[in-house]
Amino acid sequence: MKAAGIILAGGSSIGLKELTTKRASAAMPVGAAYRAVDFGLSNMTNSGIKTVAVLTQYNSRSLHEHLNSSKWWNFGRKQGGLFTFTPTITKNNNWWYRGTADSLYQNMDFLRKRHEPYVVIYPGDCVCKFDFNKMLKFHEEKGADISIAVKHMEDSEDLRRLGIVEMDQDKRIRQFSEKPMKASSNIASMGIYIIKKDLLMKLLQESHDEERYDLVQDILIRYKDVEKIYGYEFDGYWSNINTVDSYYRCNMDFLKKDIRHYFEKEPAIKSKTEDLPSAKFNEGSVVKNALISSGCIINGEIENSVLCKKVFVGKGAVIKNSIVLNETYIEDGAVIENCIVESHERIPGNAEFIGEAEEPKIVRLKN
Amino acid sequence: MENKEVIAMLLAGGQGSRLGVLTQSMAKPAVPFGGKYRIIDFPLSNCVNSGIDTVGVLTQYQPLELNAHIGIGIPWDLDVNNGGVTVLPPYEKSGDTSWYTGTANAIYQNLAYMESYHPEYVIILSGDHIYKMDYAQMLDFHKENKAQVTIAAMPVPMHEASRFGICIADDKFRIIDFEEKPEKPRSNLASMGIYIFNWDVLKDALIRKKDQSNCDFGKHIIPYCFQQDMRVFAYKFDAYWKDVGTLSSYWEANMELIDIVPEFNLYDESWKTYTNANSCQPTFYGVDSSVYKCIIGEGSDIDGDVENSVLGVGVTVEKGAKIVDSIIMSGTHVGADAVINKAIIAEKCEIGAGCKIGAGINTPNVEKPSIYNSGITTIGQGSVIPPGVTIGKNTAILGETTLSDYENMSLPSGQNIIKAGD
Repeated sequence: MKAAGIILAGGSSIGLKELTTKRASAAMPVGAAYRAVDFGLSNMTNSGIKTVAVLTQYNSRSLHEHLNSSKWWNFGRKQGGLFTFTPTITKNNNWWYRGTADSLYQNMDFLRKRHEPYVVIYPGDCVCKFDFNKMLKFHEEKGADISIAVKHMEDSEDLRRLGIVEMDQDKRIRQFSEKPMKASSNIASMGIYIIKKDLLMKLLQESHDEERYDLVQDILIRYKDVEKIYGYEFDGYWSNINTVDSYYRCNMDFLKKDIRHYFEKEPAIKSKTEDLPSAKFNEGSVVKNALISSGCIINGEIENSVLCKKVFVGKGAVIKNSIVLNETYIEDGAVIENCIVESHERIPGNAEFIGEAEEPKIVRLKN
Repeated sequence: MENKEVIAMLLAGGQGSRLGVLTQSMAKPAVPFGGKYRIIDFPLSNCVNSGIDTVGVLTQYQPLELNAHIGIGIPWDLDVNNGGVTVLPPYEKSGDTSWYTGTANAIYQNLAYMESYHPEYVIILSGDHIYKMDYAQMLDFHKENKAQVTIAAMPVPMHEASRFGICIADDKFRIIDFEEKPEKPRSNLASMGIYIFNWDVLKDALIRKKDQSNCDFGKHIIPYCFQQDMRVFAYKFDAYWKDVGTLSSYWEANMELIDIVPEFNLYDESWKTYTNANSCQPTFYGVDSSVYKCIIGEGSDIDGDVENSVLGVGVTVEKGAKIVDSIIMSGTHVGADAVINKAIIAEKCEIGAGCKIGAGINTPNVEKPSIYNSGITTIGQGSVIPPGVTIGKNTAILGETTLSDYENMSLPSGQNIIKAGD
């Protein structure tokens, strides 16, 4: 593989509301077994990419904890490796990352040292299974300067939260607008890019000199008529978990067998294994249509729900249509419906949390 | 090489023949336990939790699964530069070459391995037992007593004492006599087969006893130490310790894990058990599933009923299937409407739709009554059971069976079908 990887995991999505108080969106648990960043890391290692940098900034403790070893994704090798970059204050720079392009610019050294001619860029909150080899082949065949992975969206999708592109017949991107109020097409950018390393470095330098710091606005959109930018159409499962609604739906998607198996089959999405014992079901447990992770102990009723690692559910507690994040303790008799329950919470026994089916409630008791 | 204060030698070469078809193609320490674990995970995890980072694992009988499981020791953090885990199979020598003929003989044949670490102490373990023990505390006890040999021992019911090596100790736990499987036991303090030796003592004893045939710790080395009037102490251990050497004790120990707060608690954060598990997937429970009093491994897909059972990783239970009081190991597929009652089904089996397993009367096995006698149906690794057949109690099946192997679509209680293992 002729590319190094970069995962942009610095952001906190405003759309995820209080869920990102605790962590960067790249560290959000997905499908009971993964963190969002696992998809980028796995897609890269599965495509044969050996060197990956994860750029973090916002509330990155959870994320760093998750990335404390590179072995889960097979990056701990002499050739290549897994790098995490947080903003650093130096003699010449005392800025946080002022934007995605700035975060890349500030880590230009990483790019300079790579022997791989290409760079692939992937967002930290993108849930999909992606083969970069296919995209690179497309990129080379088109003679593109930059390729952007794009996806034809269903009409029901809220396009205002996405970047929308228009392509000509040759798949060259002619229009690109970020989170438009009115979308001109239903083709969304997935935030996955391939670009020659040298070109990226040149564009980053130019943007920096003009005090422009955003990868999408200041490079992709600004240069789209100067550089040849092509759209690589992807038709597999894709979810960008940047709103509470899309996060909730993405997790519920994992209750579907076909979607779950799609991610589980080789080349599988890999995550950190934590040496937890298997899930245990005591007397009184009733479990229907649910995903339950290791380390859980269940004494109550669970329906249409996703439980992350080490969740304890007390006797007579009822959990429906909900996502419970890791290490939460739900006392006997608590009722939770249409909710996303934060991690490390303790839900008291008499509590009742009921959200709307269209608008799940975020349960967060601790500050 | 840097000196190590203490190294462990883990005896993992035994067959465990009383586990029947479960140990047909793997040594007993490699047999899965408690869903996602294998028996050897418990002593290995004890080592790392006790701060021992140098472990020699002695293998002999059917080592493939064990080798694959241990690898370079990554799951136990034993992939270290100095020390770590080393698999020690028997090897050819310029003079006499022999298999490991006894527990002590196996250790004797690996003197060079131990010597290379210049240890002060060597702890001898076996890969056959389920327990959590802090070997560091035992070593402290050993040092405090200025012992030359310390034997971990636990009180057992007096009527069972004659099955064990029995330590007769004074009130300071110095052992004054040791009897291997005595007819009339004088104490109920049973040796657990865990020994700490001062290295010089162990080396000397092994060399002096090197010509002893089938040289064994309990039968030869410990008695020798007494003859030499050494300071031999008993380290009393009074927590969960289970020899899962028979099908019924193996089944029971698994079932005990299901208790609300099991005596042997896998969920204890302070003493984790590590295993080589690749899967981090959650388990899916379908709309028609029912799970009640059980442990279910990662990545399983449950659409049927599971009650009072322990399931491994990546088990599929189709709709309408009903599993009660059973152990289903990793990767096994249970077809729709199959009914499984008190069975041990090993890894990667295919149980056809509508099978009835564990049906009928409880007659002992005809060929091997001493192994299959507790009403448990045992199905070995990789077996295939065709749809619709009925299988009785105390039966053993191994291999890819087809309908032609069954008379009237059934295998009566006490019968076997063994098609593999050549």
